[in-house]
This record gives sequence, structure tokens and C-alpha cells, in this order.
Amino acid sequence: MAVSHCFSRAASAFTAVLLFSFGCVAASHIEDQAEQFFRSGHTNNWAVLVCTSRFWFNYRHVANTLSVYRSVKRLGIPDSHIVLMLADDMACNPRNPKPATVFSHKNMELNVYGDDVEVDYRSYEVTVENFLRVLTGRIPPSTPRSKRLLSDDRSNILIYMTGHGGNGFLKFQDSEEITNIELADAFEQMWQKRRYNELLFIIDTCQGASMYERFYSPNIMALASSQVGEDSLSHQPDPAIGVHLMDRYTFYVLEFLEEINPASQTNMNDLFQVCPKSLCVSTPGHRTDLFQRDPKNVLITDFFGSVRKVEITTETINLQQDSEIMESSYKEDQMDEELMEPLKYAEQLPVAQIIHQHFEDSFPLCSALHSF
Amino acid sequence: MGASAAGKAEVAAGMAAAMPLALFVLLLLGPGGWCLAEPQRDSLREELVITPLPSGDVAATFQFRTRWDSELQREGVSHYRLFPKALGQLISKYSLRELHLSFTQGFWRTRYWGPPFLQAPSGAELWVWFQDTVTNVDKSWKELSNVLSGIFCASLNFIDSTNTVTPTASFKPLGLANDTDHYFLRYAVLPREVVCTENLTPWKKLLPCSSKAGLSVLLKADRLFHTSYHSQAVHIRPVCRNARCTSISWELRQTLSVVFDAFITGQGKKDWSLFRMFSRTLTEPCPLASESRVYVDITNYNQDNETLEVNPPPTTTYQDVILGTRKTYAIYDLLDTATINNSRNLNIQLKWKRPAENGYIHYQPAQDRLQPHLLEMLIQLPANSVTKVSIQFERALLKWTEYTPDPNHGFYVSPSVLSALVPSMVAAKPVDWEESPLFNSLFPVSDGSNYFVRLYTEPLLVNLPTPDFSMPYNVICLTCTVVAVCYGSFYNLLTRTFHIEEPRTGGLAKRLANLIRRIRGVPLL
Repeated sequence: MAVSHCFSRAASAFTAVLLFSFGCVAASHIEDQAEQFFRSGHTNNWAVLVCTSRFWFNYRHVANTLSVYRSVKRLGIPDSHIVLMLADDMACNPRNPKPATVFSHKNMELNVYGDDVEVDYRSYEVTVENFLRVLTGRIPPSTPRSKRLLSDDRSNILIYMTGHGGNGFLKFQDSEEITNIELADAFEQMWQKRRYNELLFIIDTCQGASMYERFYSPNIMALASSQVGEDSLSHQPDPAIGVHLMDRYTFYVLEFLEEINPASQTNMNDLFQVCPKSLCVSTPGHRTDLFQRDPKNVLITDFFGSVRKVEITTETINLQQDSEIMESSYKEDQMDEELMEPLKYAEQLPVAQIIHQHFEDSFPLCSALHSF
Repeated sequence: MGASAAGKAEVAAGMAAAMPLALFVLLLLGPGGWCLAEPQRDSLREELVITPLPSGDVAATFQFRTRWDSELQREGVSHYRLFPKALGQLISKYSLRELHLSFTQGFWRTRYWGPPFLQAPSGAELWVWFQDTVTNVDKSWKELSNVLSGIFCASLNFIDSTNTVTPTASFKPLGLANDTDHYFLRYAVLPREVVCTENLTPWKKLLPCSSKAGLSVLLKADRLFHTSYHSQAVHIRPVCRNARCTSISWELRQTLSVVFDAFITGQGKKDWSLFRMFSRTLTEPCPLASESRVYVDITNYNQDNETLEVNPPPTTTYQDVILGTRKTYAIYDLLDTATINNSRNLNIQLKWKRPAENGYIHYQPAQDRLQPHLLEMLIQLPANSVTKVSIQFERALLKWTEYTPDPNHGFYVSPSVLSALVPSMVAAKPVDWEESPLFNSLFPVSDGSNYFVRLYTEPLLVNLPTPDFSMPYNVICLTCTVVAVCYGSFYNLLTRTFHIEEPRTGGLAKRLANLIRRIRGVPLL
């Protein structure tokens, strides 16, 4: 009797334990789902891609920027959400043996320029002032929409910069430079104006890690191609084009990104491993202390792609017919245009009129004399 | 039985539900169908003109014209079909009368290529006529150039008062104009502006068929920028709607002119085809176009023993006086189904057929310090003409050991040689070398109708920049002097110790010696 009672108690305890564990598993499964849904709080993606170098021998910097542009477009960010700044034109440069192309690999395998490229800031427009104005949004009112960074507090922004740099600065077009303090202050302005949700900053220059040392705003993750005191090296030259085509770090990042598609679940830790010292010669670095989430939970497509959360609804929406509006406008047009007098084209070179006009301009006193 | 009855009931119910659905669909299509019966207010015409140029190159000019019978000045126009909305909104917002914007790379060489249809300056050119209702023209001009820089991905925002002018006599409106007060005209050129794919991409997107069908499939950037001349433009102007010209239509012309170089693209051959020029062929016309034609200039059908063969043979031709000369064009109409028949694509080929090869060129370039340039040409000179042959060369610097002792004299380039067979006025008899005088037997004569002569030009004396050979000597002298004076003085000051010497009273010998010294004028002991 005692044994059976024990047994029943054990059985009930066992079932209770089983139910409890099952409930735990179910609860954690729901938690996982909930966590996945709220994994990153962004609703739109922006990219600001900057190449700061001028002159033909800096072809590789333009190729770097264009390869990131290509990956970002391929993964879904549209041109209207990309601000592309190229300080010089390599594709239609007279020294380019294959015009309208920019290659990333020798043997001309991959044309990163493509047929559908929109450069927003080009040539002399790529200055420190324009770059900071784009980031902070303090732009003259006449600036067209394609040249603005219209991000909000739910935007994830990718900022990629490449060029020649040093310890604490990045050179723009061989005539001015931007320091890491200015950059950090610009990001703080963006944070205060709620212009980003999360920011990924990638830089491929010599001593690139110095550029992210001074950041102090939250939600920034930074990657650099080399540490302070190290140079970032270029990958390989092409004998037909005559210059180095890409930098090593961005070359391996491009190789890594070519494997990514909009549905992939690769996270930032994999990006940190791209280009170890054996391949890159310099030591790539990263900084995640300002970032709130764990990098292993951050997907590559959170910054490089434009993956939207889609909700499917079964409601129907009725669209208004506007055929009546079109009819009325056509009728009105026909009514009032017939009343005008016959028009004519202008004479392209009315010699007599021009000379007469010149005569009047040269002798304005004639009318004054006549008034006496 | 129950099941079949139920099935029948279901079918009946389905049909009952379908009935109102069908009625609803009919109602929806009804007014829409009636609306479509109205004639369309805009039309598109596209054309491509291929002109073989005298120098062996070939020029291709695309024109896409959209005409819209509408009054764009009124607000509230929101239905754009063929006319691009981006440009339509510009016209109404900034009260434009005309807009002409072009991007050009290269220069149209009229001497080699003949006169152009429409030339544009290198870089970017923008000229605009505003309506006379605009109050602040300069402000509208500045805003317009900023908006255009965003649309065409160009740095047109650099247009400001420092590079804008108001021409007073030229640049009259190309469209309808009642009066021309030049106050409403603005003109600016940016010569440094680069044209590349990022300018072509938005330009293509303004076309109704984009780059998917019709003539615009040929617009691929990697071929269009590999040219000697590339010019793309947008022209907007008001035109007459009909012959009486009582109402206005808006005309948008997008033009693109390129010149393909015979040596770069054609590998030296003068044979051209659409595939060789654009790496594509035409497959179908743009369904939105009312006219889609390719014109090939066959005016120079027979030229200098060469005949131009055009393949496939054209069905119609067009003759007119263009730019002052009478020209003939072969027409290929893409809307005519016979043009693109069973091969499903149209690749127009131009072949020059010459009966005999009558030229020879041999060129051996120089190698530094190894061999000189050698250029040999066999030319047939036309009668009563002057032929000039000229060669450009660059002067290079020599090593300092390679200069002669008198480099200021210059360096000589050897004279050129002309070996010619000149037709004789009188036929000559064959010469017997032993019998005839010596002056008649210098050159062997094969037939008496021409005689051989070898002529030489003058040698050329070239002045090379001469380095200053005395420079090292001067530098060494100067440096050593400076070093000696400065360093030497410092060294002496630092390392020499100075001590005062007491004057010693000398003996008689010394006094005698000083006397003699004083007489001689030599310093005393």
C-alpha cells in the first residue's frame, strides 16, 4: 500500500516534471520565436559608400567601393537608399583600356561597375564638408533627393570608406582630411538627431583602426582592415590595365559577400573572421563594445541587405476609379486651346534685329536728346 | 441520389454567385473600355541613322521623340504615359519654355567626319528658356540645375553665377515663341564634366521602352563609351500640334550620337555591322512606338573604286537635301513585319568592296639604342593633286653620356626617300647599255611608258633640350666654398685655443733684422 502510494506519488512527480520540462521547452520555443521576430529593430536600410581618392593609380579604391555597392544592391538595398560618392572617374578615364568597366579581379572576370550604376556625389563634390552634411542631414534645401541620407531612428546604416589614411585621419582627394574626432562627433550628432538605429562602419585604409578609436555613440559596430601602425595592402595588379585592382581586405570581403543571399543567416562573427593575417598581411580589427546586441545575433543582411518583414493580410482594399477625372480633363483641354492665335517658330539668326538691338544699346542718349 | 442533388445544388449556387460576379466585371470594364477608345494624346517615334564617314569610321545617331498634346503649364496633370514624369513635373514647377541639356565626351572632327547633325560642347551644357511668368529667373535657374544634377547623376549643382551667362543675340528658342526677351534665357557650360554610365542609366530610364525593346536595346554602355565621340542630350520644346499651328504640343527629344573608330573598334577594317558596333542586334520594335526606323546613309555608294554593299537589301530609300547636300538613305522599318522575318533579328551590315588592293604600308617602330623607325608606304597618287605626308614624333631625353661635345648644334634626322615611277610623255625605247651614253643607263627600265626616279628630302635638324653640363662643377664649387667658409670658421672657433703672447725684447740681431725688414716692407718679427 505504501509502495503503491509511493509509486503513485513518484508517478505524479515524474509526470509533473515531464510536464514542467515540456512547458519549459514550449515556453523557450515561443521565446525564441519572439526573440527572432524582435531580433533587430530596424525597418529600413541605408548605405553610404565613399571613395576618397583621386588619380588613376588609385583605381583600387574606386573598385573597392563599387564592389561593396554591387553587393549591397544585389542583396536588396535600392539605389534610392544608397549614397555613392566616388572622388574620381575610373570607368571612363582616358587611361582605361576598357571604357565603362571597373574590374575587381585580374583577367577581368567581374565588372563591378555594371550597366545600372548611379553615382550621387562624384569628382569634386566628394569633400569632407559634403560627407559630413550627408551624414548629419544639414544639407542645403536645394539638394536633390538622391543626394540625401533620409534615414530615421529605425534605419540601419552601413558606412564604408576607403582611400589613403593615417593614424587618426583619412585623406580626401589629396587636398584635405577628416579626423577620427570629427567622424565620431558626426556620429554623435546622428545619434542625437535619431538618424540611425544601428550603424556599421567599415574602413579599408592604412591604420584604419585609428578611425574608430574615438567613437562614443551607442549602437555602432566598426571594422577596419588594419591596426594602428600597419598598412593595408593591395591585392594584385592587372598587366593590361596597369594598376592594382583592389585592396586585399575588400577583395576577401567581396568574396565573402558573394556567398550571401537575402535569406542567409550568416552573422557578424563570420565577417570578423574574413581575411586573417595570412591572407591580408595586415591584421583586421573590429570594435563591438558600443553595440548593444551580441555580434553572433547580428545577421549580415541586417546591414548589407534590405530584408523586410512582410505581413500577409487577407483584407481587401477597394481602389477608387479615376476614369471620370481623366475624361473631364481631356474635354477641357479640347475646349480652350482652339481659341489661340496661330503661333510661329522663332528666327534663329535675325541679323537685322540683332544689329538694331546693338545700335540701341550703344546709343541710349538718343531718346534723352529727343525729349528736349 | 442525395449526393447528386447536393452536387446540383452546389453547382446552382456557384452559378448564382458567378452571375453577379460577371455583372460586376462587365460594369468594371464598361467605362474603361469606352475611355480607351479616345485617341492617345502622346506618341513616340524612334530612329537610328548610320552614316559611314569619309575617314572609315561610322557614326550612329539615335533620336527618341515623344510628343505630348497637352497643356503642361496647368497644375493637376498627373497622368503621364509616355512622357516621363520627372521631366513633366520640371516643366510645370519651374515654368520652362525650353530645356536643352547635353553631356558630351570627345570632339566632333568636322574636317574628317563631315558636318554633324547636332553638335554639343565637351562636358555638360545646359540652356533654358523660362516662361515670361517667372519672377525670379536666377533663383529658378539655380534650383533647376540642382534638380537636374540629381536626375542625371551629374555635378550640375556647380552651375552658379560664375559660369552662367545670358546670351543676347544667339540661342533663340528652337520651339514656338511669340516674343524673345533674352532676360528669360540662361546658358551654362561645365567643360570638366565627365560622361559615363551613371549619366546614361537615368537617360535610358526616361525612354518609354527603357532599354528593353526597340532601338534602345542597342544602348549598352561598354560599347557606347568605347568611341571617339559620345554625346547624349535631352531637348524639350513646344511645337505646333497641327499644320494651322493653333495649339501647342510638348516635344521631348532624347538624342545620342556616337562615332565608332575604325581602328579601335573595327580593327582596321571598314566593314561595319550592328553587331560589331553595339554587340547586339535588333529583335523587335518598341510596342509603344508609332514609328521605329533605321536609316543608313548610302549617298557614297560608289566612291574611289569601292562600292558600298548594304545587307539585308533595303526595300525603300529616302532622298533629300540634308545640311546642304543631296543624300540618299536606305530605310529599315522595324514595324514592318517583313524586316525582321524568320531570322528573328535584324543585323544591318555595311561592306566596302574594293576591286584591287593598291596600297602597302610597312612600319617598324624604333627600339631605344637598337634600331631606328622605318616607315615604307606605297601610294597611288591621283593626277593633278598635291599629296602631303607628315609624321609626328616626340623628342626624348638622352643620357648625359650620350650627348656630343656640341649638343647645342642639334641632332640630325636622316632625309626621306621617294622612289617613283613617273609616266612618260613620250614612250621610250629599250636601251642597249653598251651603246647608249652612261647618263641613260643609271636605272633599268622595264617598259617605256614610265621612268624611275629616286628623290630625297632635306635632312631635319632637331634641337633637343640640352642639359647644363657645367652644373655639377658649379654646384661642387659653391658647396665647397660654403662648407669651407662656414664649417671652417666654426671649427676654428671651437677647437682653437687662444693665448696671449708677451712681446719679447729681442737682442741686437733682432733689431737689425727688423730694420732690414722695415726697409723691405715685410712684417716685423
